[in-house]
Amino acid sequence: MELQSLIYLFVGVSFAVYIGIALWAKAGSTKDFYVAGGGVHPIANGMATAADWMSAASFISLAGIISFMGSAGGAYLMGWTGGYVLLAMLLAPYLRKFGKFTVPDFVGDRYYSSTARVVAVIAVIFVSFTYVAGQMRGVGIVFSRFLQVDVNTGVIIGMAIVFFYSVLGGMKGITYTQVAQYVVMIFAFMIPAIFLSLQVTDTFLPQLGMFGKITFEFNDGVRVIPEGTYLLHALDTAVTDLGFKQYTDPGNLWNMFMLTTALMLGTAGLPHVIVRFFTVPTVKDARISAGWALIFIAIMYTTISSVAAFSRVNLIKNVQNVEYKAFVNGELTHPDGTPNNGAWFKTWEHGGLLAWTDRNGDGKIQYAVGSAFTKGKPAFEGEEDFGPYGERITTNGIAAENNGKIENELYVDNDIMVLANPEIANLPNWVIAFIAAGGLAAALSTAAGLLLVIASSIAHDLLGQVIFRDPETGKSTMNEKSELMWARISAVVAILIAGYLGIHPPGFVAQVVAFAFGLAAAAFFPTIILGVFDKRMNKEGAIAGILTGLIFTFGYIIYFVFLGGNPAHYFLGINPTGIGTVGTILHLIVAFVVSRMTPPPPQEIQDLVERIRIPSGAGEAHDH
Amino acid sequence: MSPEKAQAYWKENISTIIKLLIVWFVVSFGCGIIFIEQLNTISISGVKLGFWFAQQGAIYMFVILIFIYVKVMTGIDEKYGVNE
Repeated sequence: MELQSLIYLFVGVSFAVYIGIALWAKAGSTKDFYVAGGGVHPIANGMATAADWMSAASFISLAGIISFMGSAGGAYLMGWTGGYVLLAMLLAPYLRKFGKFTVPDFVGDRYYSSTARVVAVIAVIFVSFTYVAGQMRGVGIVFSRFLQVDVNTGVIIGMAIVFFYSVLGGMKGITYTQVAQYVVMIFAFMIPAIFLSLQVTDTFLPQLGMFGKITFEFNDGVRVIPEGTYLLHALDTAVTDLGFKQYTDPGNLWNMFMLTTALMLGTAGLPHVIVRFFTVPTVKDARISAGWALIFIAIMYTTISSVAAFSRVNLIKNVQNVEYKAFVNGELTHPDGTPNNGAWFKTWEHGGLLAWTDRNGDGKIQYAVGSAFTKGKPAFEGEEDFGPYGERITTNGIAAENNGKIENELYVDNDIMVLANPEIANLPNWVIAFIAAGGLAAALSTAAGLLLVIASSIAHDLLGQVIFRDPETGKSTMNEKSELMWARISAVVAILIAGYLGIHPPGFVAQVVAFAFGLAAAAFFPTIILGVFDKRMNKEGAIAGILTGLIFTFGYIIYFVFLGGNPAHYFLGINPTGIGTVGTILHLIVAFVVSRMTPPPPQEIQDLVERIRIPSGAGEAHDH
Repeated sequence: MSPEKAQAYWKENISTIIKLLIVWFVVSFGCGIIFIEQLNTISISGVKLGFWFAQQGAIYMFVILIFIYVKVMTGIDEKYGVNE
């Protein structure tokens, strides 16, 4: 079957499954809508958490990022997994015992304050919207790359699908669709990874392929690296020949430390992840569910590290010093006689992820350190503007010579490492179709989780607990039915805003990670930890802490990322991506000091903390 | 549950968490960042040990740590009769 029809088939079938699940798992109560009725099996919840967690960026971009960062990329791998240890031990069991619906619920009740609740709602909405904008854009990009539709059309199709299962099914709907989406994305990621591992190192498991020997010889442009060289030796030699630092060079350890910490704390503080642990029946299930979530995430993350190394070797092997015209026309072979068909190069050059400019006029591609073009991403003149060898002409201008051994002529986007792998490895078309479905599953599952958190925070916390609060009983004056209706309306509004942000991205999608994680780390992680582990923590301390963490982190990122602050003025040399760590520490210090200077929390709050600490009775706490 | 018993339970919980978080710190920040250069002098099949911890090893350890935590806490819960 032709590739395009296969992609339609795979994506269509996966969408039909998601919609089918949505119809089956329709939410009948607010408890269904917010926490899937509280009866999700811990393994199913683990899978849903993994899908919720692994975004379009993890699926499409992370392997490429690691591939170009090398050893320092370990910050992302450790940071985005290590947070689950903190979740399992410091947050999930106690929040499950607390047994309500949202993160602002906990903050509002534990700190006996509507102000604290409102601050938490604002922080939840801000963190989730920054994150979801990138996801909707991701949906659009996957659509446009694989289905040849406009990015904006892709965003609208994605909105329609998410609309269906999150508005109808709420948490119940998204939980079971996320289970299906996890299955789709893990197969879509693993199948090409296994093929790649077999081709490059003759090892079935990609995780072990890292220890393998390359099955081919290749010329890196300076020397021939013989067959049978250990993979990482080959890679270290090749990249240093091309002027990069060694692949296994650890880089700046201080920044790696701060980034890893910020990502771990942010993971443990992200509301859409935390809320997943409200959906399991008992405290023990919450603990074990974090373990399952991490297993499901680890399958992909440990593969990513190997895929990163394989792809970099493959890139150098395939493109270094090949004649562009013969390469893209499929006329070349490797020294061992296997074909080196560059049709993929043409495809992704057309998609703007690759660009080549023949600086030395020899008609061959040279890849080395340094930028081939003057400004960031290549800008192309017109669809039909081609150079002498048929390459797309860029309007960036060519960068100044960098006097290396080899002048770089190539622009390679991070995303290419996952998107183009199946074509580079000559895999059958259905694998490519599967990757399209997997990328969409990754983006849609994360978007749905975030949108649900936004909807619950608005309907349950803002409307239910603040605006429609009966001052005498302290309870919501809304009945079950109208709160469910409001939750659905909030979800619709959230989807429309997210779609708008996807179509008109605020120009900082790339920095969204730093933002969302830094703010989640600095705002939520310490508040929840202190709420459980420090009985003396009071509302004054909590509010002062949240505001300090938020304002400091927000200000630092805005100043250095968006207002062009000079990196020479970084606080202790810390990148904005790692600044959440400092925000968290400031939050803890301020909260502690302020709480000790103000009166202790009332007795009933101290009793509440005692109850949260004991696992038994989680079932009752749920029905309030 | 009496307040003394509750306090004893909480103490055991905290000490379990502290022990496990020390291991968590050592395998990730310790092996993958702080001592990465020292560990990189050892290599197996071309993979430097510090590099491996940062890219894969720490993740395996994280999974193991959570399951140890679940097992130990289940025991403590039963001992204090707060399991379900």
